[in-house]
Amino acid sequence: MKYSYFPGCGMEATGIEYAKSLAFVNRAIGVEFIEIDDWNCCGATAGHSTSHELGMALPARNLALSEQQRPGMPIVVPCASCYSRMKYALQAAQGSENEKLSRLIGMPVSGAAEIVSIMEAYSDPVAAEAIKAAIKKPLDGLKVACYYGCLYTRPPKVTGMENCEDPQAMDELVRLTGAACVDWAFKTECCGAGHHVDLPAESKPLLYKIYKNARANGAQAIITACPMCMMNLDMRQGAVNMAYGEDFDLPVYFLTELLAVAMGAGFGECGVATHFHPAKKLLQNLINNKEVV
Amino acid sequence: MAEKNLSSLSAANAVRIEALADSIGAKLHECYQCGKCTAGCPMAGSMDLMPRQVIRHLQLGLLDEALHSRAPWICATCYTCSARCPHDVPISELMEAVRQQAERAGIRPIRRSHLFTKYFLLPLKWFGKNHELTLTMFYNLASGRVLQHFSYLPAMLKGSKLKIFPARVKNREAVRRLMENCEREAERI
Ligand code: SF4
Ligand code: SF4
Repeated sequence: MKYSYFPGCGMEATGIEYAKSLAFVNRAIGVEFIEIDDWNCCGATAGHSTSHELGMALPARNLALSEQQRPGMPIVVPCASCYSRMKYALQAAQGSENEKLSRLIGMPVSGAAEIVSIMEAYSDPVAAEAIKAAIKKPLDGLKVACYYGCLYTRPPKVTGMENCEDPQAMDELVRLTGAACVDWAFKTECCGAGHHVDLPAESKPLLYKIYKNARANGAQAIITACPMCMMNLDMRQGAVNMAYGEDFDLPVYFLTELLAVAMGAGFGECGVATHFHPAKKLLQNLINNKEVV
Repeated sequence: MAEKNLSSLSAANAVRIEALADSIGAKLHECYQCGKCTAGCPMAGSMDLMPRQVIRHLQLGLLDEALHSRAPWICATCYTCSARCPHDVPISELMEAVRQQAERAGIRPIRRSHLFTKYFLLPLKWFGKNHELTLTMFYNLASGRVLQHFSYLPAMLKGSKLKIFPARVKNREAVRRLMENCEREAERI
């Protein structure tokens, strides 16, 4: 299966582990992501909070480039924020704003291609079968909390997600590794996103509640499919522990890291070795059949 | 609370508020003030007006109060309110429209949020892509939080998570023109 690929800025920087593990999984299951040539930043929250036009036009240029380079090929987007922006732009391009968008970006855009997340791409029956077949080191005994966050799920009229209060796509993929997914209340709660920069005091409670609920429901780790959520959940865990006098120890893995490790990838190879919150030991102990701490 | 003559206020602001609601396809009268938006809002605890109250102010014609509220700037655009509203009021989009209008009027109740957006878009205009180092440097200097995020630097560099030199699109001219087109278009409205 081939996809046109919009990596987004995060994959080139803080989400480097995502990019590494994703490449590993794709090789293992025979899926190909072909990067859109000359793509630009989708603008994220800064774009759409500045103006409706900017929020639509930045991602629309990427849609137009993909249409030009690989007409009709579905576009896979590995970041929740980029995914949301691309889907908004797609709807705008398909509707009454088409002409305006083409004018703003200076090229034609039709909105003819489908936008999919990593979860949607891997949930495709053929890909899911290939994942199942590629698991070499099952992660039985591991209990994780699948964290979807906001923008893969909401608003459902844009994401098309059926059960936006209790999505299942990530849980199902995680279970292919042998790991168990806990039932928890914060799988679609907001992590604070970019507000951890401009409003850190107001945003910390959001992370605290996510960790607290994950731990209370028996999770040993949190799984995400978004570089922004990863940065917040992983990098800021120490600061939250400090602020709240807590001792949360919840390694955070990209969905693709978990899949890659279960497929036999080395920790360095798939990114697990370079997290802020130590993430190697939990999986190493598990794989070595030691007791999980 | 000071008394307000609602009917004359409404008359003066009705057109502007209607235009604001129309721009995102919201029908303000659809909100029956149930408060479900506020109940699920993860940022409500830090807001001066609850999401329900922002919409109530607009229903009553109190545009200036809404424009000066911190709430639309604290909103994380998580869409929980929009997804849960029993009357399909796009409240998240409404928060955003209020923030945009405030920004255009030079009303910035939270200067740091204004700066974050400004400096996020700066490298985008230069390089066509986001560049965390440029954003952090400019933001930290402008906001007076010079050392914010400094402690993460060593681990970031070790894990190659920080690009010293920004990634750039080839056709930077196209992105710059796109952004300028959008600026002009947004001003026209
Ligand atoms: S949930 Fe909808 S109807 Fe209820 S107060 Fe909020 S906007 Fe109004
Ligand atoms: S979109 Fe904004 S107002 Fe609505 S629930 Fe999320 S943070 Fe609150």
